[in-house]
Amino acid sequence: MFFRNLAILILFVALYSLQLSFGQSNDDCLMCHSDKTLTGQKNGRTIHVFVDQKILQGSVHKDVDCISCHADLEGTDFPHKEDVEKAQCTPCHDEAEELFSEGIHGESLSRGDKLAPTCQTCHGSHGIIKVSDPKSSVAPIKIPFLCGSCHKEGAPVQVQRKIPEDHILENYSESMHGDGLLKKGLGVAATCVSCHSPHRILPHTDTRSTTSRKNIPATCTKCHVEIEQVHRKIIKGKLWELKPHALPVCIDCHPPHKIQQPVYERNVANQDCLNCHGRPNLKSKDGRSMFVDVLNLESSAHSQIACSQCHNTVNPAHVRPCEGITSKVDCSICHATEGDQYRESTHGQLFAKNDSNAPTCVECHGSHHVLRIKNPLSPTFHTNIPNLCGKCHRKGEPAAVRYVGKEHDIIENYTESIHGKGLLKSGLTVTATCTDCHTAHHELPHSDPNSSINRNNIAATCGACHYGIEEQFAKSVHSVTFDKNNTKALPVCNDCHSAHKISRTDATGFKLSIMNTCGRCHEKIAETYFDTFHGQVSKLGYAKTAKCFDCHGSHDILPVDNPQSHVSHENILKTCQKCHQGATRKFAGYFTHATHHDPVKYPILYWTFRGMTGLLVVTFLFAGIHTLLWLPRSLQWRKELKARHNSNADKTEKEDDDNDEMEDEKT
Amino acid sequence: MMHNNKPKAVKNVNSKRFGSNYKESETKQFERFTRLNRGLHFFMILSFLSLAFTGLTLKFAYTGWAVILSHLFGGFESARYIHRFSAVIMISVFTIHLISIVKMKRKEKKTWFQMLLGPDSMLFNKKDLQDFIGSMKWFLGMGERPQYGRWTYWEKFDYFAVFWGIFVIGSTGLTLWIPETLTRILPGWIINVATIIHSDEALLATGFIFTVHFFNTHLRPEKFPMDIVIFSGRVPLEEFRIDRPDEYRQLLESGELETHLVEPYQPIVIKAIKIFGWVALSLGFSIIVWVIYAMIFAYR
Repeated sequence: MFFRNLAILILFVALYSLQLSFGQSNDDCLMCHSDKTLTGQKNGRTIHVFVDQKILQGSVHKDVDCISCHADLEGTDFPHKEDVEKAQCTPCHDEAEELFSEGIHGESLSRGDKLAPTCQTCHGSHGIIKVSDPKSSVAPIKIPFLCGSCHKEGAPVQVQRKIPEDHILENYSESMHGDGLLKKGLGVAATCVSCHSPHRILPHTDTRSTTSRKNIPATCTKCHVEIEQVHRKIIKGKLWELKPHALPVCIDCHPPHKIQQPVYERNVANQDCLNCHGRPNLKSKDGRSMFVDVLNLESSAHSQIACSQCHNTVNPAHVRPCEGITSKVDCSICHATEGDQYRESTHGQLFAKNDSNAPTCVECHGSHHVLRIKNPLSPTFHTNIPNLCGKCHRKGEPAAVRYVGKEHDIIENYTESIHGKGLLKSGLTVTATCTDCHTAHHELPHSDPNSSINRNNIAATCGACHYGIEEQFAKSVHSVTFDKNNTKALPVCNDCHSAHKISRTDATGFKLSIMNTCGRCHEKIAETYFDTFHGQVSKLGYAKTAKCFDCHGSHDILPVDNPQSHVSHENILKTCQKCHQGATRKFAGYFTHATHHDPVKYPILYWTFRGMTGLLVVTFLFAGIHTLLWLPRSLQWRKELKARHNSNADKTEKEDDDNDEMEDEKT
Repeated sequence: MMHNNKPKAVKNVNSKRFGSNYKESETKQFERFTRLNRGLHFFMILSFLSLAFTGLTLKFAYTGWAVILSHLFGGFESARYIHRFSAVIMISVFTIHLISIVKMKRKEKKTWFQMLLGPDSMLFNKKDLQDFIGSMKWFLGMGERPQYGRWTYWEKFDYFAVFWGIFVIGSTGLTLWIPETLTRILPGWIINVATIIHSDEALLATGFIFTVHFFNTHLRPEKFPMDIVIFSGRVPLEEFRIDRPDEYRQLLESGELETHLVEPYQPIVIKAIKIFGWVALSLGFSIIVWVIYAMIFAYR
């Protein structure tokens, strides 16, 4: 390396002495920089400084001298200094440079922001070609990706800098502009730079920005030249007069970057509709009221949505544009996800079968007065949901009548449950309501594997709110993941907690009933438990004694041989000590599920019981026989005494008799 | 354990106490039990019934009756408190009785040997065997009614049943009272064993008292419906003479009979005693009914 550099040095010194009087030519530079292995230093790092002559010759700058851009090297000696400055575009592109420095990119750059782009970031260096050339890095078709390299979701700029819009690239690519550009190859379709301008990009809050409210119409009308005429009704119509301060600009209706397929026919403004439908006595042929309360509409979540956006089959070509309306509003044209879910749900399936009981969107959400779920007046507000579902699912209502499952008095039970009380009495809007478990749009019977209340999904459904419990349960013996070879039926949340009657777990009633619940599967062990002191006390209706879950845990139940188990050899003493503070290791030897009926497992208890029973039988047999033998004789004795007493009574007049008798016997 | 301390008669005390208006009964009565013995038996009844009710509530927890009773006692914890409180009373009764025996020995200046083998000893002796055989013969119509003395053999059996019961139920009960302390020395299964013994022995005790003891003392036809001597302490002389001819004869021979004669109680006192007797008897019977129901109809 050294020798080669030395050779180059000598050569250059020779050449330099020859050409002292001229500036460097491109050839001078390329003499060294055409060497593919040539390296230099930049900010302490070694970089390749090879310049591909071919690329340079193909660029728009093929006739420009190297030193025109690399001006700081003009007239310097070979070998020139390390840490060469960035190539300067200003001398030629001073206009662009000025705009750039005013924009947010230039400002960031001058502030020293490491993420700020330079000319080269977008335009490249030696290979810059014309914008009209599709190969250009700034060709329209490439712009979204170029800008997207910094502004796509998750890129450092998008994450670390304050960018008010999100999913810019995704939204754009699905927007009409993006669709036109990327799918239909329309080079004239608006790209990032069409709206934001290429060099002086400013935040929309800046009044100079092409995207500020003030300038938006001008920006859009660069392409949409005739738009003012098309939008006549909105701009010159009522809104203008009613709300002069809220003059809409393009982006109010067509949000930037977002999907903006026109789902409605042009030209049909709300006012046109309300000309007729604003009349309270308007009726359809079959007598239904066709009145639309404009106040309702304006206070609804759809206040910014035009009639024709929902009633999209209107045709302005007709004298009566609404003549074209033959079907109900399809909300899924905007609410696509919800629509898909609904169609899969029981509600949607019934609707597809033309079932008259099937609820559609409007049954729950209302029609023109749709309110956001966060609005307490909305029927879909959290605390209103039980009533909303109750309209059909309350006892006696259509859904409850046709229901054949095991859950009855659903609304009544829910209201009394911990969820119902939390929601309706305590006003806790975080409490689970119908839709939290059954989902809002994807309700399915529990037998359906896709249902949120299917056995396999229940834990996840409950776990959505009960953080941590699902994890505990997943590790427990009751979880399907515990033993893959298990064939026994395993419980899920609702097997113990019920579905709609869920009570507080610290309520005495629940504590006691849970033992019968455990006993449904663990029949024998529950029976023997009830033979012990703990079981007897709980049988009496007192929960202040050890119950199944006090020892075994509730969601984290594990087999005895698992060291993690509450009843394992390692933990049993600690478990006993929860109630029996003074318990010792020996104390834990108490048989908590003892029975005196099992001579193999509990011989001591069996024989103790046998012995005691023997003692009882012998004692009672002996005493019983004694008593039975005595009884007839005693009856006889009673008669005799009576007879004797009567004869004594005869003698009562002669009091002395008795005394005599006594004295007689004395002697 | 020897009730040879026959109550010392206090002559004319009743007539003095109740004033001159009191119509003296013409026949004097024989005082069979001291005040202390009667008091101890009274407290024995109270504690025994309380222990039986509270304890059996737990034993037969699976019956509806038990649940009702448990609530009646103010809940399981309250019932347990009553049970242990009654246990203390019963043990106190037992201790006082033992102390009274020691006191009696000092008073009468006898050796233990003399006391234990004396004629009024509670220990079984030759006469009890003769009486038992005699009774069997009498029951079977092969002889006359034996000449029973101060204590019959079935009374002695009842007496020692209490000793046995206090020992067995008391010790196992204590084990269940302080299991944490006892298992510092003994293995844990002792608690299980103690539970079985305590519960079955209690069943034996209640079963025996409320059937056999009740029959022997109260319900046998000649005493039916009850014999109140354990509360009043006194028995009409004639009844005493027929009931326990041997004792009567001995007292007559030694000339001590006169010293044991007392005035009968006022009718109102007898009435109160009878009411208490009825209550105690009924409670005892209701327990028997409950136990039979629990063991036959509700047993799991």
